[in-house]
Amino acid sequence: MPDDSYLTVTGLSRHFDISEPWLARLVSGRGGRLLTAVDDVSFSIAKGRTYALVGESGSGKSTIARMIVGLERPDSGTIRIDGQTAFDPVSGPTQDSSLRQKLQMVFQSPYSSLNPRWRVGDILMEPIRAFGLISEETAQQRRVQELLDQVGLSAPDADRFPHEFSGGQRQRISIARALASNPHFIVCDEPTSALDVSVQAQVLNLLKQLQRDLQLTYLFISHDMAVVRVMAHRIGVLKDGRLVEENEPGALIESPREPYTRMLMDSTPRFAGGMAG
Amino acid sequence: MTTPLLHVDGLSVEFPQRRQRLQALDGISFTLEAGEVLGFVGESGAGKSLTGAAIMGLLEPPGRITAGSITLEGRRIDGNAAGVRGREIGMIFQDPLTSLNPLRTVGDQLVETIQLHLNLPAEAAGARAAQLLEEVGIDPARRGAFPHEFSGGMRQRIVIALALAPEPKLIIADEPTTALDVSIQAQVLALLRRLCKERGAAVILITHDMGVIAETTDRVAVLYAGRLVEDGLTAAVIAAPRHPYTRGLMASTPNLDAVSVDTVLPQIPGSMPGLSALPDGCRFHPRCDVALPDCSRVAPVFAHGVACHKFAAEQKGEAADAG
Repeated sequence: MPDDSYLTVTGLSRHFDISEPWLARLVSGRGGRLLTAVDDVSFSIAKGRTYALVGESGSGKSTIARMIVGLERPDSGTIRIDGQTAFDPVSGPTQDSSLRQKLQMVFQSPYSSLNPRWRVGDILMEPIRAFGLISEETAQQRRVQELLDQVGLSAPDADRFPHEFSGGQRQRISIARALASNPHFIVCDEPTSALDVSVQAQVLNLLKQLQRDLQLTYLFISHDMAVVRVMAHRIGVLKDGRLVEENEPGALIESPREPYTRMLMDSTPRFAGGMAG
Repeated sequence: MTTPLLHVDGLSVEFPQRRQRLQALDGISFTLEAGEVLGFVGESGAGKSLTGAAIMGLLEPPGRITAGSITLEGRRIDGNAAGVRGREIGMIFQDPLTSLNPLRTVGDQLVETIQLHLNLPAEAAGARAAQLLEEVGIDPARRGAFPHEFSGGMRQRIVIALALAPEPKLIIADEPTTALDVSIQAQVLALLRRLCKERGAAVILITHDMGVIAETTDRVAVLYAGRLVEDGLTAAVIAAPRHPYTRGLMASTPNLDAVSVDTVLPQIPGSMPGLSALPDGCRFHPRCDVALPDCSRVAPVFAHGVACHKFAAEQKGEAADAG
């Protein structure tokens, strides 16, 4: 394993119990059923790089993301982040809050992931207070202004509510909230699939710029090969919970080994004959 | 000259407010021939869904048509779209889960739609429902299943079957694949296109994705802030977009041929203006990188399939050079 890997996931698995209720099972005589959502997945992400997990709905990509940030408990496997063990089967998830602080997530829908009754300033303030990063009130305010500035919003926006913003601006707020705890690693779960194509380009560029400025490491989840192509340093293709192929973007797209990877690429809409720009 | 299937002429829609009237659509004109697939493209707020709603007579009050006409096969339908809605014009919405009744089986919903519009006896309607399911690639044996038992792509296929059930002449599909995976999106769009071509039904496809436009439509109309800014044959517009907005939409679409992760994606700066603060002149000029002084004062005239001062000036220059 190379030394510069920031996140290392080994043999990660997760099953869900999708059995019928016990009485229905008793009547029908059928046994319980298990759905294997994630099946023995291993990969690592180099520091300051973007690793993309790509696959269709139900391929397990969001379950992996949720296990890495600790929202879901793996059935087996280990997760190591920045040299620390975040999860192992014996001791379970770590209770170390310093690790939680380094680790943030940007969700798919900017409509449901922001509290509609909170002002943007309070949304950004919460991680700062929860982790006790800055104690002084004026310094806290200054930090909120700085965060808004980093994601391309203006200072008066702190007093407004999420519904006053467009989808793209809301996703900027989500990104600012993720940045508030000074994370090293951000899990982006389909951050642009609810956005217009033109707004998507703005948000993707913002994520890239923040990665350069703050040396962030990303796990980027998407079903869109074209988006992954412009974002990732390395791509893992997931199918039915298994990692079926992994490579650098150029090599993967030029010569995919798996028919599934080719299918994902072929279904991406293209401009016939290529285009300039 | 034959009458086109649908002719929309100078359509304007307003939302009266207490102090002002917000103009959401401003003089939209286009025609659609039978069997043609026309794409409406633009960002959120461009007026593409509103155009579809106006044709269907589904404008939310206080929104109302203030000017222009909508004619279907020579008959005016603005003001009395209830007679054609569903029967002659079918509609497919973005989210298949909210357009299906969760408490009734898909077979029942199909039979109900068929009987409502086609006046068939129950048995014939049932047979027709089974045939429609077969055509959209769903096992007719599953007609007794409820919407939640299907995946997102299959649900959207069922919605397509419902829209096609009364044999409409026109289908308006409003972002039919935005809620679906890219891989499923391609299947659903191909299915919609094939079924409509087979039946000679025309389609208005509303989307924000130029890639979807390029792959699915015959003609495209680009909308910005309630105005038509460019239209033409899809192949021609994709090959040589004339309006800077069209170029911006195309350039910001990520594609598989990107050079490397370190390149910055081309993006259109700023965002769509709100209806209460529409810029004067060309509504795109604050975001335009080739704007001329005139652009902020005079609204460009729609000519040669595009509404752009810059393009008109270049045309004039070329004509002068040639002369």
